[in-house]
Amino acid sequence: MLYKQPEYRVMGDRSLLVELGNEIHVSVHEKVRRLFLAVKQASLNTLLDAVPGYCSLLLVFDPFTTTPDQIRKIVNNLFLELDEFELPEPANIEIPVVYGDEYGPDLGWVASYHKTTPEDVIARHTQTGYRVYMIGFIPGFPYMGELPENLETPRKKTPRTAVPRGSVGLARKQTGIYPAQSPGGWQIIGWSPLKLFDPLKNPPSLLEMGDRVRFFRISEEEMTHWQR
Amino acid sequence: MAAVKVLEIISPGPLTTIQDRGRLGFGQYGVAPSGAVDSFSLRVGNRLVGNGEDEAGLEMTFAGPAVTALSEIAIAVTGADIQPRINTASVPMWRTLVMQKGERLSFKGIRNGLRAYLAVGGGINAERVLGSRSTNLGARFGGLSGRPLVKGDILSTHAPHLHLKTEGTALPFASIPAHTPEVTLRIIFGPHHRHFNPEMLSTFEQSAYRVTTQLDRTGIRLEGPLIKEKAALEKSIISEGVVSGAIQIPGDGQPIIILGETVTGGYRKIATVISADLHRLGQLRPENKVRFLPVSPDEARSALLAIETIIQGIKAGLNR
Repeated sequence: MLYKQPEYRVMGDRSLLVELGNEIHVSVHEKVRRLFLAVKQASLNTLLDAVPGYCSLLLVFDPFTTTPDQIRKIVNNLFLELDEFELPEPANIEIPVVYGDEYGPDLGWVASYHKTTPEDVIARHTQTGYRVYMIGFIPGFPYMGELPENLETPRKKTPRTAVPRGSVGLARKQTGIYPAQSPGGWQIIGWSPLKLFDPLKNPPSLLEMGDRVRFFRISEEEMTHWQR
Repeated sequence: MAAVKVLEIISPGPLTTIQDRGRLGFGQYGVAPSGAVDSFSLRVGNRLVGNGEDEAGLEMTFAGPAVTALSEIAIAVTGADIQPRINTASVPMWRTLVMQKGERLSFKGIRNGLRAYLAVGGGINAERVLGSRSTNLGARFGGLSGRPLVKGDILSTHAPHLHLKTEGTALPFASIPAHTPEVTLRIIFGPHHRHFNPEMLSTFEQSAYRVTTQLDRTGIRLEGPLIKEKAALEKSIISEGVVSGAIQIPGDGQPIIILGETVTGGYRKIATVISADLHRLGQLRPENKVRFLPVSPDEARSALLAIETIIQGIKAGLNR
């Protein structure tokens, strides 16, 4: 549900969580994006960080100069004019993926879970466009959704201790890409040669919250075109 | 200004990293702040040797490294009681010392606390990545190639001679934090305290929690009376941003205090440690006992002012 008014939750004396809804849904996501961009555009000098989530925006400020109440007032004012706020168009990004075999060790399991073929799983994964709902967990990790219903898959019962960088995975209604090697419990169906996170660039992340993503299939041979 | 080589790492210690006050403003890309866990000690160290607030120092965890001075430098050791020595002589902490070229700084060991800091007059050079010199160990960037220091690393600084006159500057004895085995952390309830019954909130508030060995720069796992959310609620929540000091309650009901290497999370946060007490989190060690004391926003603010007063009160004169 999308809330009519933001719900404010204090996180200590230096951050305020602004909650705009209570479910993973496009309408909530768009509201969060709207508020996030409006806050950024207002370039408040006491604001140290703004972290969008699925349903909320976390605002981190300098507790020495600012109180949560002051931030609450500013957000309330921004919220009143939020619907008039002009949003920049989201970027459309196409992501090459080598599916299956050693690149996607769980593709077979996912296919049998859905009582279909690996080919069909690939077709389902590439047929839909996704939104980047948020970036989190590790630097540059995009939480994207929503998967077609016939591709919703539970996480692995036992997480892997090391998922390779570039792995493309599924977890419930979400799909994501591991920007670095990490422990993880998502079902890995493929691998992308794109570099998702580079701290020496600004912005450091290939994807941003709000971006639209489509996956397309490449062969193992084509991989080298994309590698840098 | 040319960089001057100031320190060679003879032995690195178990975990020694370059940290500054952290990397804020990149949470939207999943980048956590990192930075000194005991920021009070790093800030005091920088003040003592006449550095600006943004300079980096060494964070030394569990035990100290051994380093040799490659030129004459002003240093200050702060944080956990780590028993520093220059060559064979014991030297004081929380006070600016001058090391001669060729002298060796080592540490007998940590008696109280967990992390000590070494500040060097002129700061420690490292390329700023996303605005900060802090080492992000998880994503391997910042500091020195994103890794802990190793034997043979050479650290450099700028204009160390300008800081030599700060020798003898000291933090007043009364302001030196005591790292006691029982710690009271001041908290503000929330963001999710309403997801817990009043009895749970009082259990949380009235119990002592033991610090476990599961503790690193991402978080501190505690052990004590179970905290459970209200019966109708799911175990986890939808992922959202977090700050260090947030106390999350995972499915097993044992609290975890989040530290600065985490930017989002999917568990409820029953309460959050106030800014003025965050530095204490950097000194918690296994078997310490932690209690939580709820305070008002005004008390949190006064506590912060008290810390700033201590830090601003350190005046180190530079050579001009």
